[in-house]
Formats: sequence, C-alpha cells, structure tokens
Amino acid sequence: MSVIDVREAITRAHHEEWARVVAALTRRFGDLDIAEEAAAEAFATAVERWPADGVPPNRGAWLTTTANRKAIDRIRRENKRDDKQKEAQILYNDDPPEPLGAIDDDRLRLIFTCCHPALATETRVALTLRMVGGLTVPEIARAFLVQETTMERRITRAKAKIKAARIPYRVPSAKDLPARVSGVLAVLYLVFNEGYLATGPDTDPVRHDLTAEAIRLTRLIRALMPQDGEVAGLLALMLLTEARRAARVSASGELITLDEQDRGAWDVALVAEGHRLVRERLAAGVAPGRYQILAAISAVHTSAREARDTDWSQVVALYDQLVRLDPSPIIALNRAVAVAELDGPEVALAAVDRLEDKLAGYHAYHAARADLLRRLGRSQKSRAAYDKAIELAGNTAETAYLTRRRDQLG
Amino acid sequence: MHYLVSVIFDTAGLATPDEMAAIDAFNDRLKAEGHWVFAGGLAAPSTATVIDNRGEEALFTDGPFLETKEYLAGFWIIEAPDLDVALKLAAEGSKHCNRKVEIRPFLGVELRPFRGE
Repeated sequence: MSVIDVREAITRAHHEEWARVVAALTRRFGDLDIAEEAAAEAFATAVERWPADGVPPNRGAWLTTTANRKAIDRIRRENKRDDKQKEAQILYNDDPPEPLGAIDDDRLRLIFTCCHPALATETRVALTLRMVGGLTVPEIARAFLVQETTMERRITRAKAKIKAARIPYRVPSAKDLPARVSGVLAVLYLVFNEGYLATGPDTDPVRHDLTAEAIRLTRLIRALMPQDGEVAGLLALMLLTEARRAARVSASGELITLDEQDRGAWDVALVAEGHRLVRERLAAGVAPGRYQILAAISAVHTSAREARDTDWSQVVALYDQLVRLDPSPIIALNRAVAVAELDGPEVALAAVDRLEDKLAGYHAYHAARADLLRRLGRSQKSRAAYDKAIELAGNTAETAYLTRRRDQLG
Repeated sequence: MHYLVSVIFDTAGLATPDEMAAIDAFNDRLKAEGHWVFAGGLAAPSTATVIDNRGEEALFTDGPFLETKEYLAGFWIIEAPDLDVALKLAAEGSKHCNRKVEIRPFLGVELRPFRGE
C-alpha cells in the first residue's frame, strides 16, 4: 500500500470510526474527557504505525482496542496519584465486548448527550462537532470565528458540566424523544447554515467543510433513526440545498438567486436523493414537521426545469402549512416572497411591510423589500432598502449581489 | 446524586397562601417518590448579616453580601439519579412555587476529590 493509500485509509477511518470509538469508550469509562483523549491518541498511533505495519483488516476494532488501552493507561496513571480503590474497579471491569447493535446505540447516546438542553446552543454545536464529528478544536474555532482558547474553554467547561451535573448518557424516553430529536436537528441545521451562508468579511461565502460535515452527521442520525420523519426531512432539505451549491455563487463571488441559477449546474444525484426522501415522507402519510415541509418546498423548486415552470401555488400552500406550525416572522417573510410570484409584488409588499417591527434588523427583510420595490418601479425607496440590506448582510456573496442590484437601479 | 434547587425571587413579596399550598403538595410528592432531602424558605435579604473573620477580629455587616435585583428566597435539596430527572423535578418546582429556579449539582462522591489547587 502506498503512503497516499495509507493516508486515505486513515482519513476514511477517522470519518467512519471516530464517533464509534468515542461513543464506545464513553460508555465503558463513563467519561467524555477520557474517551475523547484516548480516541485522539488511538488515531495518532494509527498515523504512526499503519504506514510501517500496514492497515489492519478491521480498522474500527484496532482503533477501539488501542483507544481502550490508552484510556486504561491514563486511568492507571491518575489513580496512582488519587485512589487505589478506583483502579481496582476499572481494571477488573471485563465486560464482554458489545454486540454491533449496542455500539450503534452508543453513537446515538453520544449525540443526545452532546445536544442536551441543559447546554447552551453554541456549546451543543461545538461539542457535537468535536465528539461526534471528530473535528479538532482549532477547526471548530475557525468555523465559528472564535479564538482557539475560547473554544477549548467552552468544550472543557461543557465536559465538566456533563460530568458534575450528571447529564445522562442515554437515548431519551419515547415521551421526550421528539423534543430531544428536534434539539439535535437544530444543532445540525445551525452547522449547515453557517456553512451555506457563511458570515464574516474575510470568509468564503460557502463553507463546504461545514455543509459536508452537517450532511455527514445527519446521514448518521438517519441511519440510526430511519423511522423519524423530521430526520429524513432535514437530510432532504440539506441535500436539495447542497445540490445547488455550484450554481449559487458566480465566478466573481456574487450570489446568484434561484431564478437566475444555471439549473444544469445542479448536482443531479443529490437532487434525486433529496426527492426520494421527500417522496418517502409523503408516502408515510404522517403529518409533516417543519423540516419535511421545508424539504418539500425545496423539492418543488428543484423539480422545475426552468424558474418560470415553478409551481408557485404549491410553494405558497406549503408555506401556509409551515406558518401554522411555526408562526415565526422569518417564515412569514419567505411566504411573502413566494406570494409575489403568485399574486404580484404589490400584495407581497404589504405582507412584508407588516413584519417591520420584528425584522427591521434582519438583512433578508430589507433585501426582500428592495426587490419588491424595484419590481414596482419605486427606485428611490428600493435604493434605501438595498442600502439597509447591504449594511446588515454578513455574507460576502450576498453583499456583492445586493450591491450590483442597487447600482443597476434606474 | 444530590442537587440544590434554588428558588430565585425577582419580585418583592413572600409566597401567597395558594403558592404555599402548591409547594406543600409538591414537597409531599418529593417525599413519596424518594426525591426529598431537605427544603426551606429564607427570610428577606434585609435580615441577613455578613461575617468576615479572616482577619484579627470578626467583622459583622448588616445586610446581604450582594445587593441584587434577584435573590435567593428558598431552596430544595433533591435526590435524583441524573440531570434529566432533576430537571423535570426542578421544572415542576418552579411551577409550584411560581418562581424561577436554578439547579446545581453538589460535588458528589463520584467526582474526583477536590484538591483545592
């Protein structure tokens, strides 16, 4: 095996086995910190040894065994300092190896622990990316534009809280499951959106590393909870959004809106997979949740060969359904944008203006107004709205798009 | 595992008779289900005295050590196997006493010994 092959094998093993190793060790040792450190050491050992010894046939088992050994070494070292009794307890814990099903369950436990409601949202995101996603602390810090030391502290504090407050390592009961799953999905959607609409003046407009990671983790949850409609819905939504990535930003770094995108540049395989998931949920005949409806809206858009073929009445009907479920002003804004295509910009503008109280600080509100005012020929007001939108927008591609639109006003 | 559930007052005034009755009912339930360790209500912060005896002689200061808008009005110490159970109990406690509560774990035996570094 060449050096490159070994390196690829290690990268692949990291993607496929990291969460499994951390989850199995957390279960065995009851300590996220020990699990994380031992998993990291096991991968470091693989980097050292695999090029010389060859890639082991069962990489997951090799990594888990190595990590187990590292964890026991650490506990021995620490126990020499503190507590002989505990040493005896852990060293004589010879539980039989877990069957495969239980290991899958461990990853789910890990996800629910990292996304526990007693942790702040930003902490849940960081912890999930570290423990489940296997991203390094510097990578996570870069992703959310905070200092490495800040991110390190955030993760350390979270692990300490989980341990001290005894946040449980288990899959929630059936009664609590829907609320807890929706908490997990909110974390993944946040990661995806930060990738999809990256903020920051010096940041790439699309952070593919983050969208890809969010999709990978959502696929994992989908594999673990195949019956959950919202998990399928979120995965479909991400895939149908990711499918348009190449068409969404121009060569000069400007946002291209849905109606002007080159639909030939969409990723056909991702669109097909997203559509399959949406059809699966429709066939399930269960009232859809928020992500399933958003995915269905995306499916309507990606089903149209040309922008003018879009079935707007279906889009608006889906938004009506969504508003009943989630009366947030942002959903109402998106609905109004769709209404413009069906009932004209005048009706839509009236609906958008009603949201001013709640959305005056949101760039998309001003961008939507600017566009509607432009279509109504009210250039002066449109220009003012574009100015406000540009001032508030944090994404470089969006800023470039809004600026061009403003400068094209007559 | 023990948790301290602190009852936080953000408005002046003691618990009303209705609130007291609700708290009593909740306490009975905690006892019946084996979660009860201890509970108590505290008199107003203005009744507090701060003592500092780190120097040569003890200093007594009239009033609470912190002037804040929110203050500790009472507490429960509950027994629960993990935070999920404790959170549910604390949420019910908040409803029954009609106040905000904070939950914090005690440093327990399963933690590493605190070495006071």
